Amino acid sequence: MNPLQLWVPPSVLWVVAAVVGVLVVASVIVAVLRRGDDAGRHAELAARVRSWWVLVTIFALAISFRRGIAIAFFALLSFLALKEYLSLIPTRRADRRVLFWAYLCVPLQYLWVWQQWYNMFLIFIPVWAFLFIAMRMVLRGETRDFLRAAGSIHWGLMTMVFGLSHLAWLLVLPGAAPVAAHGAALLLFVVLLTELNDVMQYVWGRTLGRHRIIESVSPKKTAEGLIGGILTTTLLAVALAPLLTPLTRTDAIAVGLMIGCGGFIGDVTISALKRDIGVKDSGTLIPGHGGILDRVDSLLFTAPLFFHFLMYFYF
Amino acid sequence: MGALLRLLFYGVLVRGVVLIVLGLNVRHRERLPTRGPAILAANHNSHLDAMALISLLPLRLLPRVRPVAAADYFLRNRWLAWFALNVVGIVPLNRQRQHAHDDLLAPVAEALERGDILIFFPEGSRGEPEQLAEFKTGLARIAERRPDVPVIPVYTYGLGKALPKGEWMIVPFFVDIFVGEPLRFDGDRGAYMERYRSAMAALALEEKHADWT
Repeated sequence: MNPLQLWVPPSVLWVVAAVVGVLVVASVIVAVLRRGDDAGRHAELAARVRSWWVLVTIFALAISFRRGIAIAFFALLSFLALKEYLSLIPTRRADRRVLFWAYLCVPLQYLWVWQQWYNMFLIFIPVWAFLFIAMRMVLRGETRDFLRAAGSIHWGLMTMVFGLSHLAWLLVLPGAAPVAAHGAALLLFVVLLTELNDVMQYVWGRTLGRHRIIESVSPKKTAEGLIGGILTTTLLAVALAPLLTPLTRTDAIAVGLMIGCGGFIGDVTISALKRDIGVKDSGTLIPGHGGILDRVDSLLFTAPLFFHFLMYFYF
Repeated sequence: MGALLRLLFYGVLVRGVVLIVLGLNVRHRERLPTRGPAILAANHNSHLDAMALISLLPLRLLPRVRPVAAADYFLRNRWLAWFALNVVGIVPLNRQRQHAHDDLLAPVAEALERGDILIFFPEGSRGEPEQLAEFKTGLARIAERRPDVPVIPVYTYGLGKALPKGEWMIVPFFVDIFVGEPLRFDGDRGAYMERYRSAMAALALEEKHADWT
């Protein structure tokens, strides 16, 4: 039945195949737009589509084979996101070794996921790392900018490590719960909807956008983009929920609205951070997109929201 | 044996650390030399500086790529000297004259004669991390001797945060490396160093960097 020894169910493969189909269509459209004299135009759009091919390929390979590989992939993603964050923000020279401890939280947090130690997964960053980092900082004895440094290191751990690790915990669901679900399908559901929500908010904003919504943070965000994105995402949530999740119709609507709003808030939160620091993109790792943070910003909010919705109502 | 160790050191260990632990953001990579002789002249903050710069060049060039390093520091004992000369592959440079007639730059001139690509730090030492010390005129003296050799200014940021002087533990940070246009010697050492200084200052301004104090 399964010669490649994939651990994911067929529904995941079908949805990934559909995504590849959408990418093929997108690539054809871009090629048509750029043919002839227009070759120089839409360069950023072309770069974005190319990057999506790479991202989808990496993601599909990461989640398909084994649960352990998939968890390790998200640990690496957390590490890269945390590294980008800590490289971007002002840090104190005195905290160099404190940052080493912060990095060490990444493998530990994902170890709890692998071990399915739920309580430790929940409290490790908010309690243990929070207290330990503060202690390590204060023993160093540098009080100048102490609060700002302690706050920004912990904010990074909460978002880039704790927040993103919720995606990895989806992989170990349903665990012992008597619910028909597959972790990889749940993960694909939230990641796909979050990324499509980003794309659809952008597309609706570009085509219909008139009313700026949060100009001081992100001048290109419009009410039309936001509402169009949320509605599209909710429709997709209703369509995909029976295939990938145990969600009822009503719950799928709620989750769609939540991912639509949460994705927007995650996006503008990282925009606010970048604006505070004074950079446009968080990095250059993903051509046309920016850095890792520019790509995972929405997930920082949607992953924990979706996860706790599921845990509360289903598992 | 030495060549194989060197290939393993730079091809596996250094590249692994540079790509996974650090992560490079390189601008104007096309300005890097594709063959020797050439000089990459960079600011110096960390032992990782030469490692990161060497990892930018293709492994094919590795036998030709060598960092110029202080003999008094790297040849201070037998084991370090063996490692520095055979694995890191430094061109040892004495920073102090012992006799009035010593030609301190002779090893550099010989390496360029062989067609090597040299990594050179005009500041002379790592100094305070992420702070630019004064450039010494050694670079201009080399350029005066070999005006045909392109000198490429390279500005790096972040390596001094990852591994500053006096520390042994690498802490991950993304590193910016901005490559400048090659400089040519025009007959005046002072003016040459001034052009190098302004090229480095312009590269440093390509990106705003967060405070690190």
